[in-house]
Amino acid sequence: MKTGISIFIAAFVALGASWCGLVLAPSLQLGGAKETVVLQSADHWPQQRTGDATLGLQVYRASGCAACHTEQIRQTGVATEVTVTGLGAHQPDDFGAFVKSLFILPTLVEYTNAIAASLQGWHGELPRTLLTSANQQVVSEMANRLKAIGVKSETRIVPQGDDIIARGWGYRQSVAADYLYDQPVQLGGLRAGPDLSNIGVRMPDANWQWQHLYAPKSVVKTSTMPSFKFLFEVRPVGHVPSPDALKLAADFAPGPGLEVVPKPEARQLAAYLLSLKANVPLYEAPFTPVTAVK
Amino acid sequence: MNQTANKSDCSGELEASLRVPLLALFGGAVIWLVVGLVLGLIAAIKFHAPEFLSACPLLTYGRVAPAANDAVLYGFCLPAGLGVMLWIFARLSQRPLALPVVPVVAAHLWHLGVLVGLGGILAGESTGHLWLEFPRAAAVLIFAAFLLVALSAAATFGWRRERNLYPSHWFLFAALLWFPWIYSTANLLLVSHTLPRGVVQPVIGWWFANNLIFVWLALMGIGTAFYFLPKIAGRSLASSGYALFGFLTLIFFGTWCGIPQSAPVPAWLPAASALGALLSVIPLLALALVAKKTVSGANVACLGGPFCFIKFGVLSFVLSGVLYVSQFCPRYSLILDFTWFGFGVTQWQLLGFAGMILMGAIYEILPKVMGQPLPFPKLARWNFFFFAGGVLLFVIPLLIGGVEQGMQWHDARVPFADASAVALKFLRVSTTGQLLVLLGSLCLLLNVFVMTIQWKLGLVKSVLAYLTSPLAASEVKP
Repeated sequence: MKTGISIFIAAFVALGASWCGLVLAPSLQLGGAKETVVLQSADHWPQQRTGDATLGLQVYRASGCAACHTEQIRQTGVATEVTVTGLGAHQPDDFGAFVKSLFILPTLVEYTNAIAASLQGWHGELPRTLLTSANQQVVSEMANRLKAIGVKSETRIVPQGDDIIARGWGYRQSVAADYLYDQPVQLGGLRAGPDLSNIGVRMPDANWQWQHLYAPKSVVKTSTMPSFKFLFEVRPVGHVPSPDALKLAADFAPGPGLEVVPKPEARQLAAYLLSLKANVPLYEAPFTPVTAVK
Repeated sequence: MNQTANKSDCSGELEASLRVPLLALFGGAVIWLVVGLVLGLIAAIKFHAPEFLSACPLLTYGRVAPAANDAVLYGFCLPAGLGVMLWIFARLSQRPLALPVVPVVAAHLWHLGVLVGLGGILAGESTGHLWLEFPRAAAVLIFAAFLLVALSAAATFGWRRERNLYPSHWFLFAALLWFPWIYSTANLLLVSHTLPRGVVQPVIGWWFANNLIFVWLALMGIGTAFYFLPKIAGRSLASSGYALFGFLTLIFFGTWCGIPQSAPVPAWLPAASALGALLSVIPLLALALVAKKTVSGANVACLGGPFCFIKFGVLSFVLSGVLYVSQFCPRYSLILDFTWFGFGVTQWQLLGFAGMILMGAIYEILPKVMGQPLPFPKLARWNFFFFAGGVLLFVIPLLIGGVEQGMQWHDARVPFADASAVALKFLRVSTTGQLLVLLGSLCLLLNVFVMTIQWKLGLVKSVLAYLTSPLAASEVKP
């Protein structure tokens, strides 16, 4: 490093390499991404948002919601579950005895404790998940044995990970395809509040969303979210109360003769929140929808 | 390689050429530091009392928090870093600053840009991309201002009298190239009408944020430290071989970090970042070794002076750097991602590393450029103790709280709200730390502003003296 030009070349090559790797290459790989198809369906994914929801993303951006909320679900792996859906001619007790008789199978040795635990205190309620394993062989062995004795069962793909299992925020991991129509993409980096990838599935009621935005503590007692009162209008009740007026508990209501109605921004933001769904299986993020188990 | 022995005859002329540019850069920077810390405090208080200032859309948490971060990074770290760079370039070149008017204009453009940017964020015009929240107008002003400062620095470098290159040169010169490249790329792609599709946006954002906060701050901070540490210790930099090794590995490996392991992007991207992060431990250790060997055994009483600031800064660089890269380890990221840990590391990098080194440098430089001692040298010491203690009290609870929070999320029996409540306990301590940091920065503000006012009064007095006693005019110092 004796001359200015050698420093320049070193810095240019170093930054140029990472620019090619982390800016150019992802742009080439993902920049032309198109809608994908939902697994085992002809539906396209993702769907375009409605006009209100598209505007709502801008309210979300302007209010900096992403400072506290993420829109990404993590997944550590995929397991397959065997769920018993019908016992056929069997009684719960002799079915249990049959399952225990399978414990000598070499493929099931590792799982005996887990299977025994899943039958603990079971009196024949269905459906009952018998076995969860990441090993496809083990799962099909179990499914085949059950089929052989005439017990109905289903195998389901269940993504694993704290966000999905412990927190119940989603069905599967978030993937690049989910964000195709987001301008700007609001992934967020801090979870001072819960993840919102599936808030449209978890809390599908716009009234709840409004109430939560106006007075978070009125619906979630432990909430640390600040109120977004400025997205609402407090006004005297007219001849006929507004159908959209918030139904607030007495502690949070503005006072007699007054009603709280959402401003357009609040409507848009709630529409955007309700549009947040990542509830369909994709090729790169498969899972078996819960509705399949009757 | 002896940087200590380059006192030259032109020293007075050199310092005088830097006076106005540096006052313009530092003065605004110090104001933004205080503004940023106040905004940060407002944001933090909202966690203890969610209704605090919540009726005002300008001050809702989601606007105040990014504004606070950007005020510290773009308002303080960058312009103060540029000022220190100009001074070091002039010193190492043994000549007065070239084109001294240009950085003065640039400083005003820069601070105008930050004002527009912060106003934009608070008014809801944020772009929504992390660390790139400033709206387009602000980004254009900042970019232009940087180019102008770089022009002056490059001209000073090009017309240097002392032809030797020092380790500081490598770092600072690379920093001059780095910022325009990453800032223009990120803004052209993310703050334009046609955004790239989907997750390409956050990928570019992460690349930019890593290159600015990890790499650029390291180039600027370590470049500055490698000038001042030997200078104050009265010896030469310990091992320029290791320094070169650290420099090259930093720019080649550090620049690949940034993509979180959990990101919903093709798996090769986080994998590349994990590898880059692993290799980035090498420059951290190499640079730490150089700094350690340079200062160990130096017989310098530190007592909260610039030497203390810069040593604390280098130590923060190494520790925060190790924690920063650890977030890209797939195993740790499962616990650490999305918790307060990452926020804590960033604050340590901004305040504990870059902020500390810059404040130390400002205290060292200002008396020289102004030709008079600091007005409140005691406050400068208090500044160190407040800031150092404050940063630790601010950051360490966030780090511990983050790990705790991540562990709790893993446990299905703990409701989310309880896990957040655990973090709140730690946030209370860290808010106290923020208060101390703010106190420290007020000491800096007082010193810089009283100094500026004294100088301006001196100018007025000399003008008056010139007018009233024409005979002695030739004797009056400008």
